Amino acid sequence: MVPVPLLTTNMIELSMIELSLIELKNIHRNFLVGEQTVHALDDINLSIQAGEYISIMGPSGSGKSTLLNLIGLLDSATKGTYLLNQQDVTALPDGQQAAKRSKTIGFVFQAFHLIPRLTAAENIALPLILAGTEPDQRQPLVNKAVMDMGLSDRAHHTPDQLSGGQRQRVAIARATIMQPNILLADEPTGNLDQKSGQDVINILEQLNRQGITVIIVTHDANIGQRATRQIQMVDGRIESDQQCSQISSR
Amino acid sequence: MTTSINDIIRFSWTALVGYPTRTLLMLTAMAIGVAAVIMLTALGEGARRYVSNEFTSLGTNLVIVFPGYSETSGLNPIALVGTTPRDLTLDDAQVLTRNTNVRRIAPINIGSVKASFQGRSREVPVIGSNHELLEIRHWELAQGSFLPAADLDRATPVCVIGSNIRDELFDTQAAVGQWLRLGDRRFRVIGVMASEGRSIGVDVQDTIMIPVASAQQLFNTPSLFRILVEAKTRSAIEPVKLAIIEQLKERHQGKRDVTVVTQDAVLATFDRILGALTYAIGGIAAISLAVAGILIMNVMLVAVSQRTAEIGLLKALGAPQRLIIRLILSEAIMLSAFGAIIGLLLGELGCLAIRQAFPDLPAYAPLWAVLTAIAVSLLAGFVFSLLPARQAARLDPVLALTGK
Repeated sequence: MVPVPLLTTNMIELSMIELSLIELKNIHRNFLVGEQTVHALDDINLSIQAGEYISIMGPSGSGKSTLLNLIGLLDSATKGTYLLNQQDVTALPDGQQAAKRSKTIGFVFQAFHLIPRLTAAENIALPLILAGTEPDQRQPLVNKAVMDMGLSDRAHHTPDQLSGGQRQRVAIARATIMQPNILLADEPTGNLDQKSGQDVINILEQLNRQGITVIIVTHDANIGQRATRQIQMVDGRIESDQQCSQISSR
Repeated sequence: MTTSINDIIRFSWTALVGYPTRTLLMLTAMAIGVAAVIMLTALGEGARRYVSNEFTSLGTNLVIVFPGYSETSGLNPIALVGTTPRDLTLDDAQVLTRNTNVRRIAPINIGSVKASFQGRSREVPVIGSNHELLEIRHWELAQGSFLPAADLDRATPVCVIGSNIRDELFDTQAAVGQWLRLGDRRFRVIGVMASEGRSIGVDVQDTIMIPVASAQQLFNTPSLFRILVEAKTRSAIEPVKLAIIEQLKERHQGKRDVTVVTQDAVLATFDRILGALTYAIGGIAAISLAVAGILIMNVMLVAVSQRTAEIGLLKALGAPQRLIIRLILSEAIMLSAFGAIIGLLLGELGCLAIRQAFPDLPAYAPLWAVLTAIAVSLLAGFVFSLLPARQAARLDPVLALTGK
């Protein structure tokens, strides 16, 4: 039996976080490396509103990728609570977790992770296929995404026939084809030259202006400083969390 | 909404085409397994049918009486070669014709003598019998007539020769009407056998047939080698068999000293033996399918570990565990199915080649073997890819994405 006073405090808390898209409370993530326990995330509290543009920076091993994976439901917390859209997703069964990933979250990876034997268009269509969208509904969506990313003449090429920048644009098209609320990018420019990296960041910022919440994990201070909210992580903790006005001229 | 079967098959197809070496390796293993089952069972089944055909050519509704009896029933080596306390005689044979269920009988005596004609001679197996033998064995004559219908104990000096004997002794001369010498007696050739007609062990074309009484004189023995009895109908076979036993027991002072086998019993025995053989070699061949299944498991495990990043990606894109399992399973089952189809074609081609090489052997794979081979290969593909599929589904997406 839950005591009545506790219920009321819960309700107060709920009303406070009503606007949060992502709400992390006292999140811990421990890994066992041999005999030793490594605290990849150490008591993280983080609240993210819909439409934010966030960069997560920090040295290697500071836990920024782990935090991103946890937000993307690829990893789960050892301790703590994760509310996504006010729904507790801390310990969701596999099927529902997969459904959440499919519908609300898009990933962009440093290594692109395109399937080499599929063409650009087929790679972009993959989330639709996995979600069970009918072929005749898929085609217009894929065509539009190909156009938006400026890949029209590259749609039927396989990834090894594309440049790094083109590959990452295919990956972004794939990440956004399901129209997710959240776009998670883990070092999206890490494998790209300066110019292509700049293109990719421009695309991500444009998506953010369309209302998608964008979270970028990066080493690159130049990229990190473009975000309106900059989170610094050290040793699994959030060291600083600043709201800034964007310095980029648009 | 779930991913449609079409999309799963299409995705698996790209995986199969994308890794041709692996695909070819597994297809080969599966195809060899299926082809082995089909060809080996076809051989076994062919042997069974061959023997069955040979027995049918012996005659229909046949009951065979031979001297000697041992207590164990059925066909056994002692009954075939054992010594006998009392001979079967022509009188015994004569008595058997009294049964109304018996259509005809043919006593048989066998020996080997030197046959000669104008300086040419050779050792020839001689069958002593009566005119009924032609009908009982469904043989046909090329020329002349068969042994005359006369009393069994009448030793007429006539003979019917096989076509090979004619070629060897008479060359291009007309044989019918000529006298040839068998041992110390002379026989007039009254007929030549047609080149069809052969039966187990004895090629009719290499034998000479004479009346049974003549054979008894020639071999100087009163006893018979066999008595062939043809029952009027198939259902009369058993009553005839029992009646023969009773009749001969009566004549032999109440002692049962003959063995009576029906053609059906002999055929059934061979049928059982060769049927079991077919199952056995089919089973042995099926082991190769299981081996192919284990190969599928190994290769799928390697495939899963090669494609961890891809599986991690699928998870990140929202594929639940059961979809991952389905993708891996469908890939393995498609492989098995294609392998089975190729194996089926190879196996049938192999059977065709066997039939071309040995026209006497009806080497057709039995339907049950074909169906079993396909079913076992699909099942093996399914069962042996469960483990790799589960392993793929349980991959940690974060580790999988980094290829670990």
